[in-house]
Amino acid sequence: MKKNTNKGSAPLLDVRNLQTYFKTDEGIVKAVDGISFTLGEGETLGIVGESGSGKSVTNLSIMRLIQSPPGKIVGGQILFEGKDILTLSEKELRHVRGNEISMIFQDPMTSLNPFLRISTQMIETILLHQKMTKKEALKKSIDMLKLVGIPAAEERVHNYPHQFSGGMRQRVMIGMALSCEAKVLIADEPTTALDVTIQAQILELINELAKKLNTAVILITHDLGVVAGMCDTVCVMYAGKIVEKAKTEDLYASPSHPYTFGLIQSVPRLDKAQDGKLYSIEGQPPNVIDLPECCPFHPRCNKKMDICTYKYPPVKKVGENHEVACWLYADEKEKSST
Amino acid sequence: MTKYVIKRLLGIIPTLLIIITVSFFIVRLAPGGPFDGERNLPETIKRNIEAKYHFDEPLLMQYGRYMFDILRGDLGPSYRYKDHDVNFYIFESLPNSMILGVIAISISVLFGISSGILAAVKQNTWADYLGMAFAIVGISVPLFVIGPVLQYVFAVKLQWVPTSGWYTVDGNWITIILPAITLSAANFGTIARLTRSSMLETLRSDYIRTAKAKGMKSSTILFKHALKGTLLPIVSYLGPAFAGVVTGSVVVESVFRIPGLGKFFVQSSFNRDYTLIVGVVIVYSVILIFMNFIVDILYSLLDPRITYK
Repeated sequence: MKKNTNKGSAPLLDVRNLQTYFKTDEGIVKAVDGISFTLGEGETLGIVGESGSGKSVTNLSIMRLIQSPPGKIVGGQILFEGKDILTLSEKELRHVRGNEISMIFQDPMTSLNPFLRISTQMIETILLHQKMTKKEALKKSIDMLKLVGIPAAEERVHNYPHQFSGGMRQRVMIGMALSCEAKVLIADEPTTALDVTIQAQILELINELAKKLNTAVILITHDLGVVAGMCDTVCVMYAGKIVEKAKTEDLYASPSHPYTFGLIQSVPRLDKAQDGKLYSIEGQPPNVIDLPECCPFHPRCNKKMDICTYKYPPVKKVGENHEVACWLYADEKEKSST
Repeated sequence: MTKYVIKRLLGIIPTLLIIITVSFFIVRLAPGGPFDGERNLPETIKRNIEAKYHFDEPLLMQYGRYMFDILRGDLGPSYRYKDHDVNFYIFESLPNSMILGVIAISISVLFGISSGILAAVKQNTWADYLGMAFAIVGISVPLFVIGPVLQYVFAVKLQWVPTSGWYTVDGNWITIILPAITLSAANFGTIARLTRSSMLETLRSDYIRTAKAKGMKSSTILFKHALKGTLLPIVSYLGPAFAGVVTGSVVVESVFRIPGLGKFFVQSSFNRDYTLIVGVVIVYSVILIFMNFIVDILYSLLDPRITYK
């Protein structure tokens, strides 16, 4: 299921120290606060975290789709093939959106325009980015619908979104997103709004098509099981920061951050005796308004130390391609430097 | 669809019958009668008048007689204006009100929707504030203020147009401008505000985000993706608004001396002119019912999720 990442060459997408803040009446919400990750060609990256941890904001930032005001990307770089998306003109940006990087969203019921036929919505995307006649674009749309497994695509392409079920609509979204052979597909919790039985089909479809078209995928989810099945690399987000980043196998084999450890423990497993109780991380995710310079996880952490309450930990390498931001792994010099 | 249209059109008949019946009895419940204002008449004359208009008969019989007349398209004699019957007054004044009303509502729609869209797209800029300030003025300043102010500025001071008049009277079409603007003000304001909030809501919806993520131009997003959803609430507002405007406004008609239907709404009630009251109620009802029907049809054309069988 997994692909080899081609190390060495420059990454397709390189997010460096991205900061996206929202101005609210209560204060500044640091929804994404200095995160960095890279995505290689054809690679699949998982971003996991609780609601409000900044997963979606990260990816909307990559597409520069943050509503402004109140949101604003205040710092960092998003290098796509070496060019910084944050400095692109409106026109250059439109060339990236839907063409180089495309996106599918959480709720397929509302993400397609209910007033326009599927054909209209697909053709306009194709014509926008490719030199084709309308007829060719229609044929391409039908081909894409066939590819994502819509039966009787020739007729159904002329239907309206409400004539499709939720799972079918998400298939249409995927077909539309991949119709311009994007190099990166951002899937923002693509299965959260769907039935469990459909979820697996949709994920399998994304996986299969990404492999076939050599598309790199950023998969945002709060489901660790999904990550294990699909992703090469995983970023664990908490309160706007990446607390742990590792190859999927490494993350499961040796979760280093207490939060990651808790997350993995929380996945219910049938093969383990659990004396009837499900594991959960105590407490609530923090309010990210005016967060102090501490480790945001410390109130819920069972390995809390004194330093956690007033200083954010440095990012440490604990293995090859395995990074973690936790004081447990910092050396004495760093701890005493305050 | 054809079946639905026929069904809806047939449905107008019982609705109208109920409206006519209710108004027939309600106007007679009000104290006083059409001839109470006159000097004390000798008993015989009074009895003659009552006999002429069949007031001496039992109420139910009068009702039956009235309904029979209506089925033949006769709205009866006016009890106040002795020269003509109700049909004449309505058919004489309704076209005037309709022409003025259609022009006024067109102005409201044209400027209301465009300034609403502009305000939404340029939210919290001077364009937004200016448009919405005009909208509030249109909604809250009464017609009898707007009318005379326009007359003062454009007719008295600038002398671009006459203060009043009507083309059927003096053959001058230009006189329609000021009353049309006056009559359009309130609906302009409401439509502008409705459009603004509806457009803002639409622009925040998921499918607009999808369109942006596909790399669409903002103008394409606005007119191809957002407009239909934005227009739905405005269309449903327009039905009743249209019916209200084309049946005339007593204020605008008196300020600009227009021979419209609006004055009959007020005068017929004061005069207890039973047949004329019910007559204008019927006209208003027919237009309102018909407009609601048009709104429903427009809805199904705009929104593919709505289909009628």
